[in-house]
Amino acid sequence: MIQFIIRRFFYVFPAFIGVTLLTFSLIHLIPGDPVELRAGERGIDAVRHAKLKAEMGLDKPLTVQYLKYIRGVFTGDLGKSFVTKKPILEEFLTLFPATLELSFCAMSFAILFGLPAGIIAGVKRGSPIDHTVMGISLTGYSMPIFWWGLLLILFFSVQLGWTPVSGRLSALFWIDTDTGFMLIDTLRSDEEGAFKSALSHLILPSIVLGTIPLAVIARMTRSAMLEVLQEDYVRTAKAKGLSPLRVIMVHALRNALIPVITVIGLQIGVLMAGAILTETIFAWPGVGKWIVESINRRDYPAIQGGILIIATVIIFVNLAVDLVYGIINPRIRHTR
Amino acid sequence: MKWRNVAKSTVFPLLFTLVALSAQAKTFVYCSEGSPEGFTPSLYTSGTSFDASSRQIFDKLALFQRGTTKIIPGLATAWEVSEDGTVYTFHLRKGVKFHTTKFFTPTREFNADDVLFSFERQQNPSHPYHKVSGGAYEYFNSMDMPELIKSIVKKDDYTIVFTLNKPEAPFIANLAMDFASIHSAEYADKMLKAGTPDEFDQKPIGTGPFAFVSYQKDSFIRFVAFDHYWRERAKIDKLVFSITPDASVRYAKLRAGECHLMPYPNPADLAQMRADKDINLMEQEGLNVGYLAFNTQRVEAFKNVKVRRALSMAIDKQNIIDAVFQGAGTIAKNPIPPTIWSYNEAIVDYPYDPVKAKALLAEAGYPNGFETNVWAMPVSRPYNPNARRMAEIIQEDWSKVGVKAKIVTFEWGEYLKRSKAGEHESVLLGWTGDNGDPDNFLTVLLGCNAVGSANRAMWCYQPFEDLIQKAKATPDPAERTRLYEEAQVIFKDQAPWVTIAHSVVFEPMSTKVKNYKIDPFGGHIFYGVDLIE
Repeated sequence: MIQFIIRRFFYVFPAFIGVTLLTFSLIHLIPGDPVELRAGERGIDAVRHAKLKAEMGLDKPLTVQYLKYIRGVFTGDLGKSFVTKKPILEEFLTLFPATLELSFCAMSFAILFGLPAGIIAGVKRGSPIDHTVMGISLTGYSMPIFWWGLLLILFFSVQLGWTPVSGRLSALFWIDTDTGFMLIDTLRSDEEGAFKSALSHLILPSIVLGTIPLAVIARMTRSAMLEVLQEDYVRTAKAKGLSPLRVIMVHALRNALIPVITVIGLQIGVLMAGAILTETIFAWPGVGKWIVESINRRDYPAIQGGILIIATVIIFVNLAVDLVYGIINPRIRHTR
Repeated sequence: MKWRNVAKSTVFPLLFTLVALSAQAKTFVYCSEGSPEGFTPSLYTSGTSFDASSRQIFDKLALFQRGTTKIIPGLATAWEVSEDGTVYTFHLRKGVKFHTTKFFTPTREFNADDVLFSFERQQNPSHPYHKVSGGAYEYFNSMDMPELIKSIVKKDDYTIVFTLNKPEAPFIANLAMDFASIHSAEYADKMLKAGTPDEFDQKPIGTGPFAFVSYQKDSFIRFVAFDHYWRERAKIDKLVFSITPDASVRYAKLRAGECHLMPYPNPADLAQMRADKDINLMEQEGLNVGYLAFNTQRVEAFKNVKVRRALSMAIDKQNIIDAVFQGAGTIAKNPIPPTIWSYNEAIVDYPYDPVKAKALLAEAGYPNGFETNVWAMPVSRPYNPNARRMAEIIQEDWSKVGVKAKIVTFEWGEYLKRSKAGEHESVLLGWTGDNGDPDNFLTVLLGCNAVGSANRAMWCYQPFEDLIQKAKATPDPAERTRLYEEAQVIFKDQAPWVTIAHSVVFEPMSTKVKNYKIDPFGGHIFYGVDLIE
C-alpha cells in the first residue's frame, strides 16, 4: 500500500509542473496590459508606464519571470496581487473557506439525492420511477446554471420570500468571521438566529451548484447498479435467501460504488469550475469569482497562484479517490 | 377603570413599541457592485474603492456639497489665494476628531501634521509610506500634482500653505477629490512603529461621518456612524455594503427588502422598477460624455474640417440614443456635460442631414466618399453601454453618404494603448469627470499636451489651446466661464469629435430611503440619508 501511495505521488509532480507552465503561458498569450487596464481612459505616460511595469516585474524576459514564479512556488511565496497588493496566499485563504463550504454542501446534496435516486432507478429498471429519475437528471444535467439560479431566486426569494437572495449571512448579523466557515462562525457567536440565517443562505446555492453533480451521480449509479445486478454473485446472494435490501445495499452497491466514486472525484473538479457562475449569481465570496475577476484585470500573480492552488487541490482529490479505490476494492492496489 | 384598561391595552404597548423602535439601530444596506481594492483612496482610481473609503470614512480640506459640484469648506474653514495665483493658505478646522475603533484610539485632534502626511506620502518618494501598498498614486500623478506643487509648509498647527509652480484655477476642486482625503498621521506612525504599515491601508481611520468596522472580500463592509463627527451625526446608525456583482441579483435583493439601494441597474429592468410602488427610481444626467474622435493628424481626410463637419451631420444621434442607450442617455452637443458650469447652452449642434453632408463631402473633394475605420470599445461604459452597436449605426449612417467604415476592436488594454498612440482613424471613447471643473474635460481631452495620451483626436488647435490655458490661469470664475464658453464655440466649429451622448444615471432605492441625493461624480454618499420604517 505504501509503495502504491509513493507511486501515485510520483505521478503528481509532472502534473503540477504542467499546470504552472500552462497557466503561465496562457495568461501571457492573451492580449492585455495590466498597467494600461488600470489607467483606463485616463491613460498613463510612457515613463510611469515603464516604471510601474518594472515594479510588477513585467519588464523581464518571460523565462526569467517564469523561473522567479517557480522559485516562489517552492518557497511558499506566490507573490502579491497587482490590484490589492496583498499576498496571494492570504487572499486565497480568506476566500477558499466559502468555496469549500459551498462545494461541501452542494456535494452532500448531490450524493444525498443522487445516490438513492440512481439505486432505485437501477433496481426498478424500466418502471415509471426509472423514467422519471432519468428524465429529471437529464434536465438537471442540461440546465444552464445562470438561468437556473436566477429562476430559483425569483421564485423562492422574491416571490415566496422563503430564502434569502444572495450572500452568506443577513446584513443584520455582525459576527466575527474567524474561521471563514460561516456555519462554524455563526455557531460560535452569541447572536441568536445567525446560524439559521447562514444555513438558509446555503440552500439555493447548494441546490444550483449540486444540480449537475446530482444528475451525473444518479445516472452513473443507475448504470453501475444495472451492470452489477447481472453478476453471478448477486444471483448467488439471492439464491442464499438474503433479503433484497441486503443484496442491493451490501453485495451490489459496494461493487457499483467504484465508478460512482470516480465520478464524485471528478465532479469535485467540476464543482470548483461551476462554482464561478454560482458564486457570481449568489454573490458568494469564493475563489471562482476571484479568479475570473483577476483574469479580467490581468492580475497575473492572482491568476497563476489561484489556478495552481485549485489544480493542486484537484490533483490531491484525485489521489485520494485512487486511494479510496484501494480500500473499497483490494484487487486494485494489488494489481498495480 | 375602563380608561385605565384602554390605556393598558393600547397606549402602553404603543409607547413601548415607539421606545423600542427609536432604540433600535437604523441599519442601511447598500448592495454595492464589487469589492474595493483597498481603503486608502490615493492608491486607487475606481469608484468602487472611493465609495467604500473617501466617500464615507474620510474628509478633505474642501468638500463638494452633497449632490452638487459646488465646493464648500471641509477640514479647512477658509483659504486665501495670492494675487499671482500660486500661493494657497488654508486655515484648518479646530476640534475635529479622528475615529476611535477597536484597532486605534487617537490621542490628539486633527491638525496640520495630518494634511502634511496625506500629501507628502504621495509627493515625496523618500517618505516612509510612499512605497507602502504598491504606492502608485495614479490620480495624484494624472492630475499633474507632482509638477504643480512646489512646496507644502506647515505655518502653525492650524495653518498650512501650498505653493504652486504655476497658477492653477482648478486647484481647490482638485483638493476636494478622493485622492486628497486626509489621514491620521498619528495612526500612520503607530502602524510604522508596529512594523505593519500595510494595515494602515486596510483598516482605515478618518474624520468622516462613518467609521470602518470590518471588511470581508467579496462579501461585506461594515461601518458605524461616528458619534463625534464635526458636522451633525449621520442619521443612520450602521451602514453595510453587501457586495453583489450581478445587477439582476442586486435588483432581486432590492425587491426582497435585503438592501435599501443598489447602483448600476440593467437598462432592461428600468421599466419594471418605475412601475414598482415600493421602489423609488431616481435619475440624473451623468458627469460624462461619449464621443467619436477623428484622428486629425494621421488621416488625410480627417485633417479637413469640412469632412469632419460632414460626417458629424451624417450621424443620426437620436437613433443611437434610442437603440444603444435605451432611453438612459441624452444627445451631447458640447464636450462637457450640462451639469458642469460654463456649459454653453447657446451652441447649436450639427443637424442630422445626410443630403447636406454629402454635398459638404463633395465640396471637400470626396464626392464618392472614402474608406476608413471606426474603433469600437470592447467594454460597456456608462457613456457608451454598447460600442459595437453604436459603431454599426455609425457605419450604416456613413454608408449613406458614401463613406465605407470598417469596424475594428481590440482587447480593452490594447484598445487604450493603440488609440493613445493614434493607430485608429476614428475611435469611440468617453470620459467621466473627476472634479466638476471644465478644465478636467477640455484640457485633459483636447489640450495640445494631451496629444499622445488622452487626446484621441490628436487635435492641437492654437486658438482653442490659448483659451483653455488662459482660463486655467484665471482665478475669476466669471472670466473663466466666458473663456470656456468661447472654447466650446471653437470646438463645435472645428468638430474634432462627434459628441454623441451623456448618460443618465439611475439609482433605484427602497421608498423607505429618505433624503438621498445623486452624486454628480457617480459616487454613492450615505451621509445625510435617513431610513423611515
